[in-house]
Amino acid sequence: MRSAAAPKFYETKKFKDKVKQAIVFIVLLAGSVLVISPLWWMISTSLKSPAEIAQYPPTFMPKEFHFSNYVDAWKTAPFTRWAMNTFFIAFCGMAGSVIVNSLVAYAFAKIRFKGRNALFIVVLSTMLIPGFVTMVPQYILFSKLGWVNTYLPLIVPAFLGSAFFIFLLRQFMMTIPNELIEAAVLDGANHIQIWWHIMLPLTKPALITVAIFSFNGAWNDLLGPLLYLNDESLYTLQIGLQTFKGTVQTQWHYLMAMSVMVLLPVVLLFFFFQKHFIEGSNIATGTKG
Amino acid sequence: MKSFETPIERRGADLAGKKEKTLHRRLSRQTRENIFGYLFISPWIIGFLGLTLGPLLFSLFASFTDYNITSRMNFIGLDNFKRMFTIDDLFKTSLWNTLYYVLFSVPLTTAGAIFLSVLLNQKVKGMKFFRTLYYLPAILSGVAVYFLWMQLLSPSTGLVNTFLAWFGIEGPAWLFDPEWTKPALLLMKMWSVGGGMLLYLASLQGVSNSLYEAADLDGAGVMQKFIYITLPMISPIIFFDVLTSTIGSFQIFQEAYVMTENGSGGPGNSLLFYNLHMWNNAFEVFDMGYASAMAWLLFIVVMILTIINMKIGKKWVHYEGGDDK
Repeated sequence: MRSAAAPKFYETKKFKDKVKQAIVFIVLLAGSVLVISPLWWMISTSLKSPAEIAQYPPTFMPKEFHFSNYVDAWKTAPFTRWAMNTFFIAFCGMAGSVIVNSLVAYAFAKIRFKGRNALFIVVLSTMLIPGFVTMVPQYILFSKLGWVNTYLPLIVPAFLGSAFFIFLLRQFMMTIPNELIEAAVLDGANHIQIWWHIMLPLTKPALITVAIFSFNGAWNDLLGPLLYLNDESLYTLQIGLQTFKGTVQTQWHYLMAMSVMVLLPVVLLFFFFQKHFIEGSNIATGTKG
Repeated sequence: MKSFETPIERRGADLAGKKEKTLHRRLSRQTRENIFGYLFISPWIIGFLGLTLGPLLFSLFASFTDYNITSRMNFIGLDNFKRMFTIDDLFKTSLWNTLYYVLFSVPLTTAGAIFLSVLLNQKVKGMKFFRTLYYLPAILSGVAVYFLWMQLLSPSTGLVNTFLAWFGIEGPAWLFDPEWTKPALLLMKMWSVGGGMLLYLASLQGVSNSLYEAADLDGAGVMQKFIYITLPMISPIIFFDVLTSTIGSFQIFQEAYVMTENGSGGPGNSLLFYNLHMWNNAFEVFDMGYASAMAWLLFIVVMILTIINMKIGKKWVHYEGGDDK
């Protein structure tokens, strides 16, 4: 006979843990259906015929796959042109972000210049200023410079540093030992050489993060193009998609098809560089671990 | 051509080298650090002066004028600010809509992200897959996502109301009903709660297991462990998240602009947010002076909230290794 003190099987910690895991698993699974279903719905709608979209109750799986929706929608507006414009702006901004922010971050992390700490606090506090506060005067500035209806207002700011990226890269550079810099200085290297030959190779993961975030930001930016671009031939995909809705109204099969196309590069980027997306957000809050 | 043939030429080259070296030495280490430091950060300084500080001061000045980009600036004192609170009814509407959104979206997204991160921190099969999946919506943004949600929230054939109908609930008209437009945006916001989840997850993984083991020995329950160990340990991240998402929520614009037909404000102006109203004043009627005044009021409100957040934060945020941080 068992002793009375021995716990029944359903009272053991092991069993309780198993039950807990099972509950968590079921909740997560149910949740993932909720999270993924909008994306499923988007793809499914993009392949339906207009008649099927209007049908009640709605179908989850298209009865017929109308892949031609994609071709037709793409042809309705100059999407090829808009996609190339967007890539151009995003790549220019990406190049600027990576080079400039790493230079600035290097100075804040490794060069002991006068006023460094005070200026770094200024960098951090600019992150707390709502972007809309400076939007109107920036627009006035760029319009006085004659930059409206050009890509300059969308690209040049990327070459003037971003507080968030400076902070992110500086945090990463702080983890690189000072001895490396000191040794290079003793060998007669100046800071430009150290930045190029030592810092850039060592901070590659963080630089990739900055590149992805900056690309993503430019790709998804609606406000900038909306403000500064007037000619349809200069449009980016975001503002192009917005005008496209004016053209096709509520033809959801076309709208969803183009939405899928616009989101696709970001999704691909995410799956290829998942690690960097995740590390980037973590470095930024100082919870690297 | 640069090979030095004669002894004299060689000597000359040596001298030149020496001269350069002495110049290099003459500048003290500190001076060189200063020169390089400011050289390296000069792009940021230009950006800060030209795109942040300059615009801030300009808009402060413009807020006391009737500037409309083509005319000269006429000083009109506090008229712009008076207009907000007395004449412009839409201003009050926009302020109310924005406060409503901030008041709901910040607690909802914070609580949602913490809850999700705790779930995703358990040891369960396929965790890597779940984490990726829940994070995915956070990277999707822009016009395409707003179109998607307009379709999902379509009253008769949208996915959301179809889903509700399964449970016998008759879904509202969402974006067509002034009462439901803001909840509709909140729902959309909750979809991408995985972005915040990621921050909490990293922080949770940093919490030492020994704390939970000690609590187990004392017979603490799940809720007790969550309230007395987990929450204090991740409080710095909660603080950071609340601070940044408050500032972010105040800037809601794109969603409302796209989902209300080029910024019309939606049914009953229920989606006329502060920034949308500011945008319309600045770029539809080119009332730059008034828009600048609105911008500065927003700036002050956000600053005050940030300071309050930081003051309150000192009371509840727990920093490991002492209170001196």
